[in-house]
Amino acid sequence: MACTLLPDLFCEFPSLDDTTIRIARKSIDDGFKGLVRAYTNAIDVLVQPLQVFLNFLENLFVNSPWIIILAVMVAIVYYGSRDIRITLGTIASMLAIGLVGLWNDTMVTLAMVTVCTLIAILVGIPIGILMARSERAQSIINPVLDVMQTMPSFVYLIPVVMIFGIGKVPGLIAVVIYAVPPMIRLTNLGIRLVDKEVLEAADAFGSSQWQRLKNVQIPLALPTIMAGINQTIMMSLAMVVVASMVGVGGLGRNVLQAINNQFFTVGFLNGFALVAIAIIFDRTSQAYGKRLQKHSEVIHG
Amino acid sequence: MASHAIEVKNLYKIFGPQGKQYVDQVKAGLGKTELNEKHGHVLGLQDINISMPAGGVMVVMGLSGSGKSTLIRHINRLIDPTAGEVLYDGVDVCKMNENDLREFRRHKTAMVFQKFALLPHRTIIENTIYGLEIQGVPDAESRKRAQEWIERVGLKGFENHYPNQLSGGMQQRVGLARALTNDADILLMDEAYSALDPLIRVDMQTVLLDLQKELKKTVVFITHDLDEALRLGDKIAVLRDGKVIQQGSGQDIVLKPADEYITAFVKEVNRGRVINVETIMKPLSGNPEGIPVVIGTVLEAAARMMTVSNHTTAHVVTVDGKAVGSIDLSTIISAMVTPIGHEPALQAAE
Repeated sequence: MACTLLPDLFCEFPSLDDTTIRIARKSIDDGFKGLVRAYTNAIDVLVQPLQVFLNFLENLFVNSPWIIILAVMVAIVYYGSRDIRITLGTIASMLAIGLVGLWNDTMVTLAMVTVCTLIAILVGIPIGILMARSERAQSIINPVLDVMQTMPSFVYLIPVVMIFGIGKVPGLIAVVIYAVPPMIRLTNLGIRLVDKEVLEAADAFGSSQWQRLKNVQIPLALPTIMAGINQTIMMSLAMVVVASMVGVGGLGRNVLQAINNQFFTVGFLNGFALVAIAIIFDRTSQAYGKRLQKHSEVIHG
Repeated sequence: MASHAIEVKNLYKIFGPQGKQYVDQVKAGLGKTELNEKHGHVLGLQDINISMPAGGVMVVMGLSGSGKSTLIRHINRLIDPTAGEVLYDGVDVCKMNENDLREFRRHKTAMVFQKFALLPHRTIIENTIYGLEIQGVPDAESRKRAQEWIERVGLKGFENHYPNQLSGGMQQRVGLARALTNDADILLMDEAYSALDPLIRVDMQTVLLDLQKELKKTVVFITHDLDEALRLGDKIAVLRDGKVIQQGSGQDIVLKPADEYITAFVKEVNRGRVINVETIMKPLSGNPEGIPVVIGTVLEAAARMMTVSNHTTAHVVTVDGKAVGSIDLSTIISAMVTPIGHEPALQAAE
C-alpha cells in the first residue's frame, strides 16, 4: 500500500486532537449561550411586536367564521387576478381543505406565511435597493445570501432556538431567513436591469436620487420584484414544515407527526393542503404581476 | 425668455480610469490609436471649441464613433469632461455642484433621445409632465401645459395611451413634447430623428423648424445625416475622431469643405437646397431684369419661381427691395449640378 511508503503525515489527515476541538467547541458554545443569556430581556422586547402581530393575525384567521375568511380570500384572489378560473379553483380547494378537517391548521399556516412574506418584503426590498446602488454592498451581501440559501435549514434552526427559544417567533425568523434571499436578489437584479437610456433621461431632466428610484427604477423593476415576492411566498410555504420542528403549529406540525408515526394519509392530506395554498398564492400573484404590466403589451406593430 | 449662447472651450474627454493624467500628453500630440494601444484609454473628445449661437440651431454632425453623442452629454453634464469648460451665461457647467447641476438640468435644459427613452409604465401625458413633476409644479398646472404641447406636436387624443402603443415617430413626438413642456432655454437633441423612417424624419424636421421660428431656443442637434444637418442647422460643426474638423454655416461646409473627408461627405448633397442665390449672382449690369429674388433664397426655390413665372433671368434684391445682382436660369442649373470652388478636391476624392 501507498501508506507504507508515504510518511504518516500524508496518509492520515493531521486533524487537531480531540481535546483541542472539544475545548474550542465548548468555549464557542458557552460564549454564545452566555451572550444570549445576557441579552434575554432585550431579545424578548425586540421580538414582542412580532409575537403580538402574529398572534393577532392567527386569532383573526382561526376565530373568524370560515365563510367570512373564504369570502375575503375569494375577493382578494378575484381582484388580484381578475381570472374566474383561478377564483373557482380557490373556492374548490378551500372547501376540500375544510371538508377533510384541516381548516384551522390551514388558517394557522396561512397567518404564518402572511407574516413571513410581509417581513421578507419589508426587509428584502430595501436591502435589494442598497445592493443595486452599491457594488461594495453587493460584494458583501451576495456571499451572505449564498450561505443563507445553501446552509441546510436545520442548521440555522440551532442558533435561532438558542437565541429565541422554542415557539412561533423563532419559527417565523427561521422562515424569513430562508425565504428572504430571492426577494433581495430579484429586487437587486430588477433595478440593475432597468434600461440605461431611460435612467439617463431621468437624470437629464434633473431627477434627484429619490425621484429616480421612485419614478423609474422601482416601477420598471416591478415585474422582477413581483417574481421575487412570488418566490418568497413559495419558499415560506416550504419552510413552515421544517419550522414546525421548533414549535410552529398548523399544517407543518401535522406533517411532522405523520412522518414520526408513518401516517401515510395524514401526511399526504396536509401536504396537498400546502400545495393548494401554494398554487392559489402563486397563480394570484403572477396574474396580478402580469396585470401591472398591462402597458408593455405592444398594440402598435 | 431670451436665449443664451453656449460656449464650449478646450474640451477634452478621455475615457478610462486615469483619463486626467493623459490630457497633457494628448495636448502634446498623443494620438487616439496610440493612447488606446499604449495606455488602454479611449480618446473621446479632443480640444473642442464651439460657440453655439443663442436662439439658433447648432448641428453637430459626425459618423458613429466621432464623439458627437459624448459632446452633447457634456452640455448637461451627463458625462463629466476630463478637461475644459462648457459655459452658459458665463457659468461653467462642469464646475457646478450637485444641487446647482440638478437645478440647471431642471430649468435650463431639456433633452430628446435617439431611442426616445420614454417611461413605459406611464401614459403619454404622464410622460410629458415628467420634467415639471420633478420640478414640483402642481399636477393640474403641469397637465395643462403638457396638454398644449401634446396638441402642438399632433398627438391630441393619445394622452392616455402608453408609449408601446405608439409608432416610433409618434413616440418621438412625445419625446419632443416632454422636452418642450419643460420650457427650458436649451434643447438638446441627441440623434433625435435617426431612428425614424425618412418620411417621418422630414416631417419631424418640419415640426422642429416651425416651432423654432416661434420659440427661438438654443438647440443643439446631433445627427449623422448631412441633409438633416443642412436643413436644420444655423451653424454646423463636423466632428471626426473626437475633433472638430470644420464649423460654419451649411453653405460654408458645402462650398468650402475643409478636407477630403468633408468633400466626400458633401458630394451627395442636393446643392440646390443649400446654396443661396447671392453666392452665385453676377454683379448688376444695367437695369434689373426679370423677377426679383430675395437674398437668402436657395437655388432650387429661385429656379422654381423663375420656371413658374416663365422667366430665364432674375435679379437679386435685399430684404428692403434694393437690387444687388443678377442671375439666370442656366447659371443656377450649372451651380446645382457642378461643384463650385473645390473641383480639384472633388476629383481627388473620386
